[in-house]
Amino acid sequence: MRTDRGRGRRGWLAAALLSVAVAATHGAWAAEEAGGSPEAAANPEVPARFGADWQSWHAANDVSDIPSVQRGARNFVSYCLGCHSLKYERWSRLGEDLGVPPRLLQQDLLPPGDKPAQYILTSMPAADAEAWFGKTPPDLTLMARARGQDYLYQFLKTFYVDPARQTGANNLRLPTTAMPHVLSELEGLKRAVYKEANSGAEGGQAIHQQVFDHFEQIAPGRLSAAEYDGFVRDTVNFLDYVSEPTQTARRALGVWVVLFLLVFTWLAWLVKREYWKDVH
Amino acid sequence: MSVKTATGAPARLPGSAAPQKGLWAWLNKRLPVDEFITSQLTGYYAPKNFNIWYFFGSLALFVLVMQLVTGIFLTMFYQPGELTSFDSVEYIMREVDFGWLIRYLHSTGASAFFIVVYLHMFRAFLYGSYRAPRELLWLIGMLVYLALMAEAFMGYVLPWGNMSFWGAQVIVNLFGTIPGIGTPLVEWIRGDYGIADATLDRFFALHVVALPLALLLLVMLHLVALHQSGSNNPDGIEIKEKVGPDGKPLDGIPFHPYYTVKDVVGVGVFLVLFALVVFFKPTLGGLFLEAPNFEPANPMSTPEHIAPVWYFTPYYAILRAVPDQRMGALLMLLAVVSFLFLPWLDRSPVKSMRYRGWISRTALALFAVSFVALGYLGLQPAEGLYVVLARIFAAIYFAFFLLMPFYSRVDAVKPVPDRVTYRAH
Amino acid sequence: MAYHAVVADDEVDLSRRKFLTRATIATGAVGAAFAAVPFIESWNPSERARAQGAPTELDLSKLEPGQMTTTIWRKSPIYVVRRTPDMVARIAGHDELLKDPKSYKSDQPPYARNPLRSRSAEFLVLIGTCTHLGCLPKQRFGAGELYAGWPGGFFCPCHGSRFDLAGRVFDGSPASANLKVPPYSYPNARTLVIGADEKGVA
Repeated sequence: MRTDRGRGRRGWLAAALLSVAVAATHGAWAAEEAGGSPEAAANPEVPARFGADWQSWHAANDVSDIPSVQRGARNFVSYCLGCHSLKYERWSRLGEDLGVPPRLLQQDLLPPGDKPAQYILTSMPAADAEAWFGKTPPDLTLMARARGQDYLYQFLKTFYVDPARQTGANNLRLPTTAMPHVLSELEGLKRAVYKEANSGAEGGQAIHQQVFDHFEQIAPGRLSAAEYDGFVRDTVNFLDYVSEPTQTARRALGVWVVLFLLVFTWLAWLVKREYWKDVH
Repeated sequence: MSVKTATGAPARLPGSAAPQKGLWAWLNKRLPVDEFITSQLTGYYAPKNFNIWYFFGSLALFVLVMQLVTGIFLTMFYQPGELTSFDSVEYIMREVDFGWLIRYLHSTGASAFFIVVYLHMFRAFLYGSYRAPRELLWLIGMLVYLALMAEAFMGYVLPWGNMSFWGAQVIVNLFGTIPGIGTPLVEWIRGDYGIADATLDRFFALHVVALPLALLLLVMLHLVALHQSGSNNPDGIEIKEKVGPDGKPLDGIPFHPYYTVKDVVGVGVFLVLFALVVFFKPTLGGLFLEAPNFEPANPMSTPEHIAPVWYFTPYYAILRAVPDQRMGALLMLLAVVSFLFLPWLDRSPVKSMRYRGWISRTALALFAVSFVALGYLGLQPAEGLYVVLARIFAAIYFAFFLLMPFYSRVDAVKPVPDRVTYRAH
Repeated sequence: MAYHAVVADDEVDLSRRKFLTRATIATGAVGAAFAAVPFIESWNPSERARAQGAPTELDLSKLEPGQMTTTIWRKSPIYVVRRTPDMVARIAGHDELLKDPKSYKSDQPPYARNPLRSRSAEFLVLIGTCTHLGCLPKQRFGAGELYAGWPGGFFCPCHGSRFDLAGRVFDGSPASANLKVPPYSYPNARTLVIGADEKGVA
């Protein structure tokens, strides 16, 4: 490989390896960022500080990752279905789209007594929910389209302890949410730490405000920070799927349609050019 | 010399009575099919110098047909009613085979319709296509535009999402600013004390039956008016003034096959872009399908930002720029209605921007920038810098019309050529 | 000198023109056909219709001998009759009075193409829609109930078609085929499932 061309080849190889290395490190770093600071993983005694950048957290989910969506479905059934319905989705549809055979669907996901053709409904009566929480837990089928995946991801990751509230919890993404911190057994408990901020003078007076600074973990959950992050990502991924089950088919079909149209347009243009030779 | 058709057969020039045989003869004795083809297609001459701005008329017709077909199919599954509308749309999206595709074609088609129509209208600004003898063509076109806006507004209410509800609330309330009859008028439009089932049901009837009929009628009138005067062209020259011995314009070419063939390419390019949106980004980040509309209508909960769909936002920005509700509504109406006066506001001796001076060009550029800027501002919350900018651009918008009688007359003009400028392509 | 914008050049390559035009039209036609597919397919029974048309289950233990119960499957009435041995005996012996005794021209799954038109002698499962114009035939199970010599079966009040206790149509009836049998199966002795059998869900 000592020829000019060989040098070119080695150059490409080096560039490729370098890109992979950069991507891998970046990926690992990004995962680390999302999962919490290194100190928490290293030393469980030190309350980890994290979350200052919560508004820039992205779900970055991929609905074509079927195993992830399956895990999300399982998460939903275990932790969300108790209060939230998915009233536009049928169990059978879920099974078909996620490749879950009917027996497994019946065994692992379907609540006892429910039939596969039924819509995914919560067992909690709406009236009771309203009485307990002050608000009926909304149906979640279209929530990913109404609010976005990033919103859902941030919502599930910014619960914090708030003794002033009836549920004992509050949320940065949706302040004064009526939802309790259902996932606290998995995530653990964290508190919000505030800092003083001076906002602009109004009439000569500087206004001191308490602004959110960072979270501190108070108690650990059953899952590590990275595991909980994966849990949330899978769940958000599932909610994305359920908000538009046809999206994968849509994109797949789109490739063929656009290709066909490009070919057709090219042919039409050749015809046009041919006829317009007449015009002077 | 003899004129051949594109495939080599001797062309039958219009007016020559050629023998007709068999079924074709039978048909033509009973319906003027051949006459129509000859007078409107093969014997209808259009200027040969059409450029890219001339695709949008046929594209608008194409989108109209597409909306009609997809709309008819949606009506087969959609169930109007405050309890059923939202659910029936999800039924279409999930449970009707290919329902999702028909829905996206229709929703993307609505936005595509306005993109095409705005570009179609802009062509008239560039080349003076609204001027004599085409004033009525322009007015009919404006009626098409108004009918289209009504159709789109009502269509958006039908899914009965939260933005459907609140958008209807805001727009219908505007009619309340009309002095004297405002309040009873709004109640009469709504059919109830607030936006309700009654409103939804009547909008359904208007959107599915009445306005499509009106649109079809107006589009047909538009085409008849066009064929009466003949098309304008980028040079603003009347090609009928220079005819050959056969009575046909020297600078004209038969619409069929030349423009039929060219327009098919236009449709192809359009469909590629259209398909990219439909299949890969149907919501277009909330511009074509707004996020709050994925939540059912809730009279108790207003979305954070109420904004109409993008194609109404220039006028919405003007509405909000004015601090007084009544004046804002009036100015918004004036903004739409101003277009009607164009043929008489424009006092330039030449039609086409090509032969006008820098004043007219600057004015048009400013107008275009203002329209787009107002559109953007209409999507933002009405506070701070956004309001200030909206006021500035609204002023420019109106100045374009109000000052036109003056600047169009004093502006320099270049000599208009005798014959159209054409480069073979 | 040509006086026209369009000059038909004698050197126009007509064959290229024809070929290109035809190729484009053909491609366009293919595209149009594919574009029609979603619209045509949208008319298929939707997911909701398919869910509502899922197999129906019936608990047979509630059915008394000689009794008939009616249920619904895919928007059609389904007659389920628990035949007594006497009723079974009255199915034989009048083949010459029937239009299609061997069910050659009638509609039933393979396991119902027998004189009893059922999987078992005891239970008869029929689609309760007269094969003439669609009315619901009424039960007339008693011997001699309609006229002397009547072996028992069904009578359609709309136009007078008569069927025996296996749903086979009698001569002289306006109906031309035996009452249809839907796909069905017994997952266990007490349960009847209409709409599913060894071939799967219908």
